[in-house]
Amino acid sequence: MLLSEATTTGFFFLAPWIVFFPVIGLLLNIIIGGRLSERGIGWLASGASFASFVVSVLLAYSVWIGHGQSESVFLAEWMHVGNLSLDWTFRVDTLSTVMMLVVSGVGTLIHIYAIGYMHEDVRFKNDPGRYRRFFVFLNLFIAMMMILVSGDSYLMLFVGWEGVGLCSFLLIGFWYDMDTLGRPSWANSNAGNKAFITNRIGDFGFLIAGFLMFWYLGSFQFDQVFAAAPELAHAHPEIVVAITLFMLIGVAGKSAQIPLYVWLPDAMAGPTPVSALIHAATMVTAGVYLVTRSAPLYTLVPESQYVVAIVGAATALFAATIAVGQYDIKKVLAYSTISQLGFMVAAVGMGAYVAGMFHLITHAFFKALLFLSAGSVILGLERGHHHLAHHGDEHNDHHEEVFDPGDMRNMGGLRKTMSTTFWLYIVGTLALAGTFPFAGFWSKDEILLDAKLHYPTVYWMLTIAAFFTAFYMGRQIWMVFFGQPRHEAAAHAQESPKIMTIPLMVLAALSLLGGGLNLPFKGFHTMGHWLAYTLSESEALPLDLQVAGVSTALVLLAILVSWLIYGRKPLKAGQPDPLKKPLGFIFTGMENKWFVDEGYQAAIIKPFKKLSYFLADVVDWRFWHDWFHEKVIAGTYIWLSNIALNKYADQRGIDAFANGLGTVTKNLSASMRRVQNGFVRSYALSVLLGVVLILGYLLLK
Amino acid sequence: MVPETYYIALSAILFTIGALGVLIRRNALIIFMSVELMLNAANLAFVAFANTYEHLNGQIIVFFVIAVAAAEVAVGLALIVAIFKSKRSIDVDQMSSLKG
Repeated sequence: MLLSEATTTGFFFLAPWIVFFPVIGLLLNIIIGGRLSERGIGWLASGASFASFVVSVLLAYSVWIGHGQSESVFLAEWMHVGNLSLDWTFRVDTLSTVMMLVVSGVGTLIHIYAIGYMHEDVRFKNDPGRYRRFFVFLNLFIAMMMILVSGDSYLMLFVGWEGVGLCSFLLIGFWYDMDTLGRPSWANSNAGNKAFITNRIGDFGFLIAGFLMFWYLGSFQFDQVFAAAPELAHAHPEIVVAITLFMLIGVAGKSAQIPLYVWLPDAMAGPTPVSALIHAATMVTAGVYLVTRSAPLYTLVPESQYVVAIVGAATALFAATIAVGQYDIKKVLAYSTISQLGFMVAAVGMGAYVAGMFHLITHAFFKALLFLSAGSVILGLERGHHHLAHHGDEHNDHHEEVFDPGDMRNMGGLRKTMSTTFWLYIVGTLALAGTFPFAGFWSKDEILLDAKLHYPTVYWMLTIAAFFTAFYMGRQIWMVFFGQPRHEAAAHAQESPKIMTIPLMVLAALSLLGGGLNLPFKGFHTMGHWLAYTLSESEALPLDLQVAGVSTALVLLAILVSWLIYGRKPLKAGQPDPLKKPLGFIFTGMENKWFVDEGYQAAIIKPFKKLSYFLADVVDWRFWHDWFHEKVIAGTYIWLSNIALNKYADQRGIDAFANGLGTVTKNLSASMRRVQNGFVRSYALSVLLGVVLILGYLLLK
Repeated sequence: MVPETYYIALSAILFTIGALGVLIRRNALIIFMSVELMLNAANLAFVAFANTYEHLNGQIIVFFVIAVAAAEVAVGLALIVAIFKSKRSIDVDQMSSLKG
C-alpha cells in the first residue's frame, strides 16, 4: 500500500506488527544474541519495542483520521467449531490504541533503562550470562501485552492475559536460585510461584465468566457479546451479574485487588525494571482495561458496579495503610501500586471509565518513574557497598555482612550523593501524592469527583487513602534522601549512568505534563472525547474546587505530618520507626501487612495442604494404591493369571496340546523313518504293492 | 487261433517275473533287464488287446513304448556305467548314499 494512500485511509494493515516486532526482537536475540555485545542485545530489544510504539502511534493516527471509528484487522483463523468461531483479529479503536501507546511507550523507556540497570545487576549477582535472557523475556512480555490489549474477543484477550502472567512468573523468578539479597535460596522462585498460582485463581474466575458468556450470549467477540447482553440482562439479570462478578475475580487476580493482591508485594523479587514495567505500569492494569472494555456489560448491572467500586476502594485504603509500615523501598511502592490500582478499579466500577483510564496512564508514567528511580537508588547503594568491600580495608567487617540495598533503614542522605535520582524521585512522589499541577493530581481528582457524585462512601475511603498515599511517600522521601546516611554504603552511594537517568527524565516530564491529556476545563477533555468513541460515555466534569481543595489540603497535611515525624528528627541507624511507639499494635499490624499472608496460611493454605496430604497419603496412596490397586486389582489379576490361567488353562491345556502334538509327530516320524532304508528294491516293492492295491481296489470295486 | 487270454496270461507271467527280478536281484544289469521284461510284457498285452478289438491305438502305443525303452536303455546303461566307475560294483544295495 502506498504511503500517500495510507495517510488518508489509515495504517490499520500494520496492526499485527505491534505483536510481530517484539517477537522478531526476541527471536533475533535468541538466535544471534550470543554474538552481540550487551549493548547490542539491549538496543535490539529496545528497538523492537520502539518499532511497536511507532506502529501504535500510526494506529492511533489512523483511528484519529477515521473519526474514532473502531477497526478490526483479521490476521488468522484460530478455530471454528460448531457455532464457536474464533479468529486472531486485532481490534483497533480509541481504547486499545491508548493501551498500546502506554505499553509500548513506557515499555521502550524501561527497555532502555534496563540496558544500564541489568548491566550492573548481572554483575552484582555474578551471572552476566542472564543478561540476554532478561531482554528476551521483556520482549515476550511486550508481545503478550499487545495481544491482550489488541484482542477482538475475550478469548484473544485471555491469550494475552495468560501470556503476560507467564512473563510475570518468568521475570519474578528471574534470579530464581537466590533471594533478593543474592543468597542461595528458593525465595525468588517461590515468589514467582505465588504470583502465578494466585493469578490462576483469578484466571479461573475469568474463565467461568467466559464460559457463562458463551453459554448465554453465544460468542466471545466483543461486539457480539455487547449486542446480545441487554436482552439477557432484561430476561436474566442474575446471569450478567454472575458474568461480571466472576470477571471481577480475574480482575482481582491480575490487578492485585482484595482478596488476591498478596502476590504483588512478593513480585518485587524480580529485577526493578520488571517491577516498573509489569508490576506497576502495564500488566497489573490489565484488569482495569478488562473492566473498561466490558463497560457495556457492567453498565447493565449496577449491583456489580457497586461491588467493583467497593473492592477497589477497600483495596486502595487497605494497601495504603500497609505501605506506611514498610521498610523496603520497593515494598512501599508495591503497596502503593496496589492502592493506586484500587483507585482505578473503583473508578471503572463507578462507571467513570475515562477517569480510570486517565489514572491508569498517569500512574504508568509516575509509578514507572518511581520504581526505576528506586532501582537507581538500590544500585547506587550496591555500588557504594561494592566500593567499600573492595577499597575500604579498614572496614573489613563489611565483607561478610548481609547488606540489603533496598532497606530504607540503610539509606538516608542520598540527596547529596544521588542528586539526579533525588529530583526525579521528588517529581514521581509529587505526582503520586497528587500535588498540583502534576499528572496524578488531575487523574486522582477526576476519580474523587466521580466518587463524590455517585458513591459518597467510596469518596471518603479514597480520600483517606489519598492522605495515606501522600504520607507514606513523604516518609519514604525523608527516610531515603534526607538526614544522615545510616549505613556506610549509603554514604558512598554513586549516581547512576546516563542510560538509566535519561529514560527517567522522559518519564518525569510525562509525570509532570501527563495531566494535560484530560484537563477538567471546557475544551480540554481530550481523553474523554477520545475514549467516548469507544465507551459512549462522555461525562466531562468541570473542576470541583471543593474536591480539589480537600484533597490538596490533605496531601499537604500528610506531607507536613510526615515531615514532623520523619523529616524534623531524621532516623538514626538502628532506631525503630518513630511511629512504632505511639501507634503500638496498629503499627505492628501495618508493618506485618495486617498478617494477611499469615491469615491466608492458616485459613487456606494449611487446611489445603492438610487436605492434600490426606488425599495423597490416605486416599490416594493407602486406599487407592496400597489397597485397591495392589490388593484388589493386582492381587486378583495375579491369582487369576497364576492359578487359573497359568496352571490350568496354559500348562494343562495349551501346553499339553502343543507338547502332545510334538510327541505324536516325533513318535510317528520315528516309526516312519524305518521305511526309508535306502534300498531301491524296497521302494520298488512299495510302489508295486501300491499299484496292486490301487488296481485291486479298482477291479474289485 | 490262439485265444487272447493266453496272451494276457503270458503277459502277466512275464510281468510278474520282471517285477520279481527287479525286487529280488541286486545286479543292476539284471534289474534293468527285468524292467525291459515288464515293458515288453505290457507291449504284449497292448498288441493282444489291439488285435482283439481291432483297434490300432494299442499298436501305436507299443511303438511309443519301444521308442521310449530304447531311449531309457541309453540313459540307464550310461548310469550303470557311471555307477560302476565310482563304486567298482553294480550292486544296487550299495547305492544307499542318499539314505537319511
